[in-house]
Amino acid sequence: MSDKTSPSAPTRSPRLDPLPNPPLPGLDPGITGEGRVGATLPPLLAQNPRLDQWVGFPAAGQVRVSTGRVEIGQGVLTAMRQIAAEELDIAPERIVLRTGDTELTPNEGYTAGSQSIQFGGVALRLVCAEVRGLFLDRAAASFGYARADLAVRDGAIVYRGEPTGHDYWSLAGAVDLSRSATASTPVKRAAEYGIVGRSAPRTDLAAKVFGEAAFVHDMAMDGMVHARVVRQPRRGATIASIDEAAIRRAAARGGEGAPIEIVRDGNFLAIVGTDETVVEVVAAVAPGHVAWDGVDPLSPFQEEARWLLQQPSLDREVGAPAADPAPGQIRREATFTRMNLSHASVAPSCGVALYRDGKLEVWTHSQGVYPLRAALARTLKLDPALITVHHAQGPGCYGHNGADDAAADAAVIAMRRPGVPVRVRWRREEEFGFEPVSTAMVTTVRATLDAAGRPADWTTEIWSGRHTNRPGSGGNLLAAEALPDPPGPPPVTESSAQPGAGTRNGEPLYAFAAKRISHHLIPETPVRTSSLRGLGATLNVFAIESFVDELAAEAGADPVAYRLSILADPRARAVVERVAQMSGWPAPSQPSPASGGGQARSQPSPASGGGQPPFEPSPAGGGGQGGGGAARGRGIGFAQYKNLATYAAIVAEIEVEEVIRVTRVWCAADGGLVINPDGAINQLEGGIIQAISWALKEGVRLDSAGISSRDWESYPVIRFSEVPEIECELVNPVSDNPPLGIGEATGGPTVAAIGNAVARALGTRIRDLPMTRDRVMAALLKT
Amino acid sequence: MPTTSLTVNGRAVSVGADPDTPLLDVLRNHLGLVGAKFGCGLEQCGCCMVLVDGKPEKSCGKALSAVAGKNILTIEGLGTPRAPHPLQQAFLDEQAGQCGYCLPGILITAKALLDHNPAPSRAEIARALDDNICRCGSHARILRAVERAAAQMCGEAGR
Repeated sequence: MSDKTSPSAPTRSPRLDPLPNPPLPGLDPGITGEGRVGATLPPLLAQNPRLDQWVGFPAAGQVRVSTGRVEIGQGVLTAMRQIAAEELDIAPERIVLRTGDTELTPNEGYTAGSQSIQFGGVALRLVCAEVRGLFLDRAAASFGYARADLAVRDGAIVYRGEPTGHDYWSLAGAVDLSRSATASTPVKRAAEYGIVGRSAPRTDLAAKVFGEAAFVHDMAMDGMVHARVVRQPRRGATIASIDEAAIRRAAARGGEGAPIEIVRDGNFLAIVGTDETVVEVVAAVAPGHVAWDGVDPLSPFQEEARWLLQQPSLDREVGAPAADPAPGQIRREATFTRMNLSHASVAPSCGVALYRDGKLEVWTHSQGVYPLRAALARTLKLDPALITVHHAQGPGCYGHNGADDAAADAAVIAMRRPGVPVRVRWRREEEFGFEPVSTAMVTTVRATLDAAGRPADWTTEIWSGRHTNRPGSGGNLLAAEALPDPPGPPPVTESSAQPGAGTRNGEPLYAFAAKRISHHLIPETPVRTSSLRGLGATLNVFAIESFVDELAAEAGADPVAYRLSILADPRARAVVERVAQMSGWPAPSQPSPASGGGQARSQPSPASGGGQPPFEPSPAGGGGQGGGGAARGRGIGFAQYKNLATYAAIVAEIEVEEVIRVTRVWCAADGGLVINPDGAINQLEGGIIQAISWALKEGVRLDSAGISSRDWESYPVIRFSEVPEIECELVNPVSDNPPLGIGEATGGPTVAAIGNAVARALGTRIRDLPMTRDRVMAALLKT
Repeated sequence: MPTTSLTVNGRAVSVGADPDTPLLDVLRNHLGLVGAKFGCGLEQCGCCMVLVDGKPEKSCGKALSAVAGKNILTIEGLGTPRAPHPLQQAFLDEQAGQCGYCLPGILITAKALLDHNPAPSRAEIARALDDNICRCGSHARILRAVERAAAQMCGEAGR
């Protein structure tokens, strides 16, 4: 690094002082894992205190480990095995892992928010250390060994390195694990690790590579029937008429056909049959034979993020009081938008349910078996003690998709067909059309600059629909809304304080003297919205990091040097510096203003205007024309996810003619102690690739009937030929720093880095996502 | 119900099902082979990819009647945990997957590619896989895994 890009660190600015917010209904703060409830026990242990809820020794040589966390494609089961094996001093192969089951595992709420390792893994680690300590205490007390000379080696208790003849299994009867955890046994230090911190292969991957029945979709049970739901087009819509004869004719398929049943309760309507092919054919045509009342048409204009600006909102401000700028101070402002996004999981949602002997069993790829059980109990008016919810794997899950709804569909039908296993697998168009989408957003960033061109006062103003709308937090299940006596609309409330939802990462980590967030929560949106990987952080980081680049250019500073001049946190600085080194920043072909080659050609605009760009970088300002007529550029983006999880800095290199193509990406990330380095890098890479797709291609389309982008052509996602070379590096991964959530860390920084690279290449900035061909052409017309 | 004969993973089978039944449903529901997955039913995502007489085909859009007498290869016929195909081994070696739902289809597409182009470039692999969607973002690893398998198979062929 040259001196130019390593100015001395500024002093830290205080973090926003959050105003009090009401807790989210239905979410026990202890279960979210955010913040500690008691003074001694982490919240997950306070919620699930008994040691034997987590660990047991069921048979010689076996260790039972239970985690409430579930596999959603992120590799968490492998990491949990590593954590338990490390602290128990056993071979990971001895572990029989139980996961996400209301009968068998602790209640850890949702597997969401990049919290599985940061909170669930840390709780498991404390439990395992304590269990190991209890066995050593017992061995010392029973057999007269000096406690300090005892250790465990693959489950065997050794004294000064020699076998004692005792092990976990021989002593299991003498150690009572039905006691409460104290979380007082010290865990290992990083220097002692032999399993944690080393890459371990995913334990679930082989079954998938060999085509075994690895997913809930693959479940088959004796006598199982298949079902599809004819969806209520809108909340509150009622069935006006059904042409049952026409639906049954579709089942005949020109011949004898397999019989189908039509299940109806209120406005819940389903097709059920033993032959899935027939059920699917009927379900495809059935919506055409049902007329609904109470369906107000939507306007396609509602798909645009700026529609939110005209809506009634719940307004809240956190942070520094509003300040009047002194005369002569320079103010800048820019506005960024994003459309609604689909989760677009590669498979539509699926659930299986069986009601037998007065008890309901459900298999689901939901992120939270306990919250789903509570929601099912409310919907079915059934005692939760009579419901068991088992997690079974599904397609990659990036937030609240249709999984809970599909499970509820199956449960509702199963309750009406006692003794018959019911499998509901949504249709592709149903998944795109009815899963909760991630809300469109508008983010305006505003700064008053000091004499050096650095922000002295910063405002992030955010307009957003709801990001948290899960069944457990007051959101409803689709089936519940269609049944008689539907619940009222879920309450609208969302924290504006860290880590927030719409406001997530709305506070820049940079050391600005005064920072505030102005949050406009729009309660009524045209379609149901809920959480998607990153929540509000994706657009907020895009806005903040884009604006920081614009301010850097206005100050004539290199984007990396400018960031370092306003970034105090040493871990944040380290990832920014590292990604600059990795990418050879500034690229030889991309002279930065500060390095002299490109010079600052930017013209500071005379005054800021609503949403107007503060300046237009010239095409030659870094990047410019490459070979073959394509303009090229590199950009950087940085964030610490939620301002309390993993630090990630990204450099993206792009080329653009009519469409933008990302050609290379570098990533440096500090996630504290990393359990499984290869698994963590897989998550960082996956986040980068998904974010490229968000940035360039994705936006939910609406027509008068609702979501109209119901297949992979109208909702395109990134394809193999569009994936760049990616280089990820973990900074200081084996350390005594606590593990930080990593799964959502790269999304915002990647979108921001692409935006900054595009601005360099085009000489003008695209502030609305996705950055499609149409928007590139419109931007080029402006230059 | 009429019966249709075909060969699946080297085994002759006779299926009593409506001739319009999609091959994917025949495999999953009539033959118990759940390796090929339902992703869209629209021939857009590649989760259901199988080889029909050596050619990659999306089985969700292929009627049973159209594959009468033909040879079908599904992921179950590619290799087993005891005798993995080099592609399957390479995917495990590269840890090329996250949720893994798309992998059976991708492995089949890759198998078809290597059958006619044993030493493809990175760009050729990517183009071949453009018919398959991976949503988790495992693309970079998957591309490396196919390269690794190709190199290994070429090495074996040369010995």
